[in-house]
Amino acid sequence: MLAPDRRSFLKLTAAGVAAAGVSMPWVARAATQRVVVIGGGPGGATAAHYLKRFAPELDVTLIEANANYHTCFMSNEVVAGLRKLDELAVGFDGLKKAGVTVVTDLVTGIDATAKTVATKGGQSFGYDRCIVAAGIDFKFDAIAGYSAEAAEAMPHAYKAGPQTTLLRRQLEAMPDGGTFVLVAPPNPFRCPPGPYERASLVADYFKRNKPKSKVVILDAKDAFSKQKLFEEAWTRFFGYGTADSMITWVPAKQGGTVKEVDVAGRTVVAEAGRFKGDVVNLIPPQMAGRIARDAGLAEKGWAAIDARTFESKAVPGVHVIGDAAVATAMPKSGYAASSQAKAAAAAVIQLLRGQPVFSVPLINTCYSFINKDYCFSIAGIYEPSPDGATLAERTDAGGTSPLAKDDDYRLREARYAHSWFDNIVKDSWG
Amino acid sequence: MSTQRTPVSFLAAALLAVGWTSHAALAADLAVEALAAPCAGCHGTDGTSVGLAAPTIAGLPKDYFNEAMFGYKTDTKPATVMGRIAKGYDDKQTEALAAHFAAKPFGRPGGQAIDSARLAKGRELADKYCQKCHENEGRDADGVGVLAGQKLTYMQFSVSDFLAGKREMDKRQKARFEELVKDHGAPAFTDILHYYANVK
Ligand SMILES: Cc1cc2nc3c(=O)[nH]c(=O)nc-3n(C[C@H](O)[C@H](O)[C@H](O)COP(=O)(O)OP(=O)(O)OC[C@H]3O[C@@H](n4cnc5c(N)ncnc54)[C@H](O)[C@@H]3O)c2cc1C
Repeated sequence: MLAPDRRSFLKLTAAGVAAAGVSMPWVARAATQRVVVIGGGPGGATAAHYLKRFAPELDVTLIEANANYHTCFMSNEVVAGLRKLDELAVGFDGLKKAGVTVVTDLVTGIDATAKTVATKGGQSFGYDRCIVAAGIDFKFDAIAGYSAEAAEAMPHAYKAGPQTTLLRRQLEAMPDGGTFVLVAPPNPFRCPPGPYERASLVADYFKRNKPKSKVVILDAKDAFSKQKLFEEAWTRFFGYGTADSMITWVPAKQGGTVKEVDVAGRTVVAEAGRFKGDVVNLIPPQMAGRIARDAGLAEKGWAAIDARTFESKAVPGVHVIGDAAVATAMPKSGYAASSQAKAAAAAVIQLLRGQPVFSVPLINTCYSFINKDYCFSIAGIYEPSPDGATLAERTDAGGTSPLAKDDDYRLREARYAHSWFDNIVKDSWG
Repeated sequence: MSTQRTPVSFLAAALLAVGWTSHAALAADLAVEALAAPCAGCHGTDGTSVGLAAPTIAGLPKDYFNEAMFGYKTDTKPATVMGRIAKGYDDKQTEALAAHFAAKPFGRPGGQAIDSARLAKGRELADKYCQKCHENEGRDADGVGVLAGQKLTYMQFSVSDFLAGKREMDKRQKARFEELVKDHGAPAFTDILHYYANVK
């Protein structure tokens, strides 16, 4: 007999186990169990990576529409000219090395009865469990006059890539004394402090290069993440609250909600009036990525899950993590997507092994820059509630950086933020 | 070629191949792995940081890890996010994390901005003032942190906290710090830290 292949090896193992009187139900059940992961952002990449790390015997396939990925994290630094877009590019060789089968194709359907995933390229993949990390889509039609095409003139720059570069170019071309209008979306949306970090970094760029220019934030909300920290920094660096503040924030209650745009006139129509921008950055309202909606996972726009396992409440055998999921009270962040991916990977493995699922605390930490040396954070620890209804935030832990800290504290957080970027990229994509 | 194996040895090989010895141990291993995994976002996969500021936490002695977490929980050790994060872990979880990371190798991926002009002087000063406690070029960590290959930025923050009286020092360390500052001035720490950060 030749050296046994993997399959007969495992069968023999099961026989050996029976002989030895040890119970190994998951090995006996199937030779190789298959997990298909959809989406290669921080959620999907981390899930695939950690499935292999936790259970090397699994057959893990990651299907991602694009050959490489640009992280949204640190993309506001590209917008502000502090970093090149190339520095945000990641490929999938690291995951391949870790034993993940990586497929570049667009998933067009999930058949939860047959347990198969179909792609645009005509491929079909069987699974024992499926993890969906499809990110977000924009509700282009929520704002009259806006569309995917209009985003070529009024970029959202809220999926990193060509949109990020486009916004950067527009800001570079803008004359000094111009106005940058940023339209911030209603909740829930990815990276809750993201629009305000962007406004800050653009104001910092203006201050250094085009000091007569202004930033106007038109907001569909009356409050935002890390607001006190942003306002403290804006007051210090940009004269916020004074007559000639570089940054103006118009909350919903003052008419900041934008309902319509005039793309040719570079004008947005808010309840408070018409705002003409030399550069307009419109971040539209959001929903779960299309495949989550098409597969019946996201009836109300986002995928409802059991917080203990991340299994869909609508479609058994399919787990949803990251931005596409309702993981309340966790925010939609890259760190949250990564933590959820690891917890979901562990849960999937235990379900496949027929073991009870344990729960572990999940971490989120999210940094926001005002300028290259001034940064602050929010951190939280989350645990699934016993009924799996929510990921409850520990009230005795977490929180934001304190107000009124010295520059050394803000500088340390800037260094830790960049360090975080290097670590999370390697940890997710290998 | 035929290979003759008994079922039992075959089983042992299979169990070794997947790295466990019993059903329960496998579940327990996974539980600890999953508990520790979110730390990697900032501290790197398996606790070896490839970022330039967050410290590597692999290979730290359990006591050192537990004490650090206790310091963060009680706000007695200077921190940015760790004061907020440590409070989310109870003593049992902290101890499991300490044991988990202590068993991982302290990786030294390099990539730090080392000033090679400082290395000789740094080594000389380290031999005189530091190596009694930070033995084996700072690789050993008997009751102290690992310095060899630790992140320069993190060590600079730590030293500045020690010197500013924000972070507690034991008697021995305090005496050495004072002696070094008296003999060579505080900037001499920079030479020492570049030397330790550069140890492979
Ligand atoms: C400006 C900005 C700054 C940010 N800064 C931070 C930060 O500092 N820290 C932080 O933690 N988070 C940050 N975020 C948030 C973070 O980027 C997101 O929360 C994170 O990307 C979510 O990860 P995900 O894997 O769920 O989704 P995504 O990153 O959106 O990935 C989804 C992937 O799935 C693929 N996909 C979708 N549908 C299919 C399909 N049908 N078939 C195949 N592939 C498909 C997509 O191509 C994409 O690659 C920021 C976001 C923005 C916009």
